[in-house]
Amino acid sequence: MKINLSQIHESPISPAVPPLPAAMAGLRRPAPAGRPHFRLRRMAFLLIVTPLLFLAAVGGIVAGSTHVDWSVALHVIGARLFPFWIDRASIEKADDVIIWLIRTPRVLVAALVGGGLAVAGALMQGFFRNPLAESNTVGVGSGAVLGAMIVFSTGLASKSAIALPIAAFLGALLALITVYALATRGGVTPVSMLLLTGIALSALLISISSLLLTLTVANWEVAEEMIFWMSGGLDKRTWTHVWICAPFVLFAFAASLYYARDLDLLMQGEDTAASLGVDVESTKRAIIVISALITGSAIAVAGAVGFVGLVVPHIVRLFVGPSHRSLLPSSAVAGAAFVIICDLLARTIHPPTEIRLGVVTAAFGAPFFLFILVRKYRELNV
Amino acid sequence: MRSVLSAEGLGLRRTNRWILQNFTIGLGPGTVLAIVGPNGSGKSSLLRCMAGLWPLTEGRIVLEGRDLREISRPQVACAVTYVPQEAKLEFEFTVREIVSMGRYSHRGRFAHETSDDRTAVQDALIRADVAYLAERPVTHLSGGERQRVLIARSLATRSRILLLDEPTASLDVEHGLDILELCRSLADEGRTVAIATHDLNGAYRFADRVALLDSGRLMGVGAPSDILTSGNIERAFHVRSETGSSGDGSPFLIFHRLKPEVQ
Repeated sequence: MKINLSQIHESPISPAVPPLPAAMAGLRRPAPAGRPHFRLRRMAFLLIVTPLLFLAAVGGIVAGSTHVDWSVALHVIGARLFPFWIDRASIEKADDVIIWLIRTPRVLVAALVGGGLAVAGALMQGFFRNPLAESNTVGVGSGAVLGAMIVFSTGLASKSAIALPIAAFLGALLALITVYALATRGGVTPVSMLLLTGIALSALLISISSLLLTLTVANWEVAEEMIFWMSGGLDKRTWTHVWICAPFVLFAFAASLYYARDLDLLMQGEDTAASLGVDVESTKRAIIVISALITGSAIAVAGAVGFVGLVVPHIVRLFVGPSHRSLLPSSAVAGAAFVIICDLLARTIHPPTEIRLGVVTAAFGAPFFLFILVRKYRELNV
Repeated sequence: MRSVLSAEGLGLRRTNRWILQNFTIGLGPGTVLAIVGPNGSGKSSLLRCMAGLWPLTEGRIVLEGRDLREISRPQVACAVTYVPQEAKLEFEFTVREIVSMGRYSHRGRFAHETSDDRTAVQDALIRADVAYLAERPVTHLSGGERQRVLIARSLATRSRILLLDEPTASLDVEHGLDILELCRSLADEGRTVAIATHDLNGAYRFADRVALLDSGRLMGVGAPSDILTSGNIERAFHVRSETGSSGDGSPFLIFHRLKPEVQ
């Protein structure tokens, strides 16, 4: 007897397993006493967070040092998006500049950075089977920071606006390639080796960044810019930054959804994933590259914004469960809303001074994360 | 007997040590093969190689006449299922979600669960006696319950060949017996089952054939009564054994130290 392997997908190669008689059908056990399924929580989460994202975006566009009425904001955006249908003549030049050239790109960059970092964090937490991992774990964030520091210290940043994001992105990519090359032997990349190599390289890159900063302190203006960039921020973001970041983040997000199912299996060990049909090594490579692409692009346009990739997916998982098919899109929506709100707070809490975005995300993220950890710790009673 | 899955001239070298050394072994249709041997003899490695999870240093694995390397992973997954000894279940998937993952290789990435998938999952939950746990998170289960969930997932694949790595190691006596009886009934339905196990009594009673490994070498393969002889057991495990018979005629083994224990 020969199996026609091309037919396997169409028909099972052996007959269905007949169920056991009712007497043996698990009935010696008590009735299910589990919690409500994640499906209900998933729906409730999306019903709350999706409108929140919309409200945050509107808030981010109308609020600021100059308040603009939301109807004016919608008119400006509508006229820009549909110039043939909506008249622009009645729009004041100042409103057009504030809404379309300053705040809309800022909110869009915030959404892309927040959503992207949250998705990258979810990918890394699944990949390392560790809810405390994030994309910095493989040294990508430190690579991006070093790339930016080089551009600052050499003076390239003041000559070209695009030099900084490109350098950050290249730094992220080079760090990733180095970590991967060092951790791979014979086409196999053990996760533990990847993690340790990432931590070591990350420490090295951070020390080089700090050295560059120290050497630049004599030129205080540049050093101040470097320090500001290291704590993340979205001031002076333009449509150029949206176009630098959006294609990579959106492409990587779509690619991450393609691998969502494989990631669910990888979380249960590589043997299990391979046994259930996953090409483990190529999937691991793809997930790492996707995560680096997102992190590099996000850090390139917003600086080092911490805690988003760590906290958002962790909290989202509590509501929607660990399955990446729902975790990835939910993290994207929640991360986008989180960073837009943090940015709004950063520029409205203490006007006219703008607090750095990284400070706000850490100020909200870290205590909330500690609260979740302590609660979990008590639940486990350990 | 023709084999549905076989290892031919198998050699496996890892970390500068030969784990498996140049032997050939096959799994016949509708049979249970028990792979026994002392710790470190290569039982789990043999199962991993036969599932195509580890690249071989020498030889090849043949599935229904085709070299396993020529077949894509999803196609192999539909035909051969490997159940690891230890479950890495650190995230809060429900038992039903874990068992449903056994159906992934049967459908496209973005395809929804079909009624056939749901039937396969429900049958698997029932046969592995975890239906009552279906909506519980796996992180809240005991080691034995987790092991049964993994077995349920392997049943949900409906694959023709099941490779189980010490499936009864963390189970209580009742559930250990359940799993061995389940393996027997799956073989009687025409499936092929291979179990790596330390339970020589279970192997004697439920397996059609026993393969005895020692230091990566195949010492012998054949009927339990031919392989689990006192001579073979003494050579491989360094213990003396006696074979008895229970009231219903089932054989059992009792083990003794070769030398009296040093006080």
